[in-house]
Amino acid sequence: MSVDLNALLARARSTGDATVLLEAIPYARFLGLGIEREGEVPIGVLRFGEHLVGDATIPALHGGTLAALLESTAIMAVLVDAKATGLPRTITITIDYLRSGRAIDTRCRPRIVRQGRRVVVVAVEAYQDDAEKPVATAVVHLLVAD
Amino acid sequence: MSQHDEDEYTPEMLARMSGMIRDFVPHNAALALDVVRVSRGDVWVRLPYAEKLVGNPETGALHGGAISSAMDAAGGLAVMARLGRPGSIATLDLRIDYMRAAHRGEDVVIHASCYKVTKHVCFVRGVAYTTDENDPVASLAATFARKS
Repeated sequence: MSVDLNALLARARSTGDATVLLEAIPYARFLGLGIEREGEVPIGVLRFGEHLVGDATIPALHGGTLAALLESTAIMAVLVDAKATGLPRTITITIDYLRSGRAIDTRCRPRIVRQGRRVVVVAVEAYQDDAEKPVATAVVHLLVAD
Repeated sequence: MSQHDEDEYTPEMLARMSGMIRDFVPHNAALALDVVRVSRGDVWVRLPYAEKLVGNPETGALHGGAISSAMDAAGGLAVMARLGRPGSIATLDLRIDYMRAAHRGEDVVIHASCYKVTKHVCFVRGVAYTTDENDPVASLAATFARKS
């Protein structure tokens, strides 16, 4: 695999669109992660696929796939923010599961709570057809220092 | 695995749990998760290294999401290993701390322990590592609700 991550990072920052970066990440392709824009805010999208199911009897999304959406959206929010440099690394993610994720697409809205020089705190909320009824929320602490 | 350890589950139980997580949980099958060891309240789950799970294409390190999924699955299995039977549970909350990257080519093992069960809630902690449990990749704290 030969990928110039820094070039992709610079492109994502200058355009405010992290799609080029997501496409270069094998796990994001495997999962079906995408990104939509709502003004300046990047909205993470987890496109439903059978391989995301955690409980085949309902069927419901695997909690881990929601964790991945929440974490990835937080990273994308920091990435497209001009103040950040380098690739943010997750220190801690604390997730509350509120409802079972149904077999449909899931979206995720980030909010940067605190931008420090070394640590950025992002609150993320994942929802399905009703943004007022989140399926899961999380607080993500990201390391942005080298 | 010592035969004298009464709490160590049998190879049959191991095979049953491995089959269960693959047959009933499509995402665990997609990650190729494998139960490598089970005792009462404890499970060791292997997440085999795969190119499709890479989060950093430059270094080949696994994506945190893949580790989170494996952690969640291992936590749920630890609850079942403690209860001694499969059951319907739901993750209430999950906290993961990342200590270091999981490097290219290295399988990750998650050791999860269900250390307390109450009428409605099960408490789990765990650690993810590659070769040495004392050099962790990530740690886990989670609670699960018993639904049946």
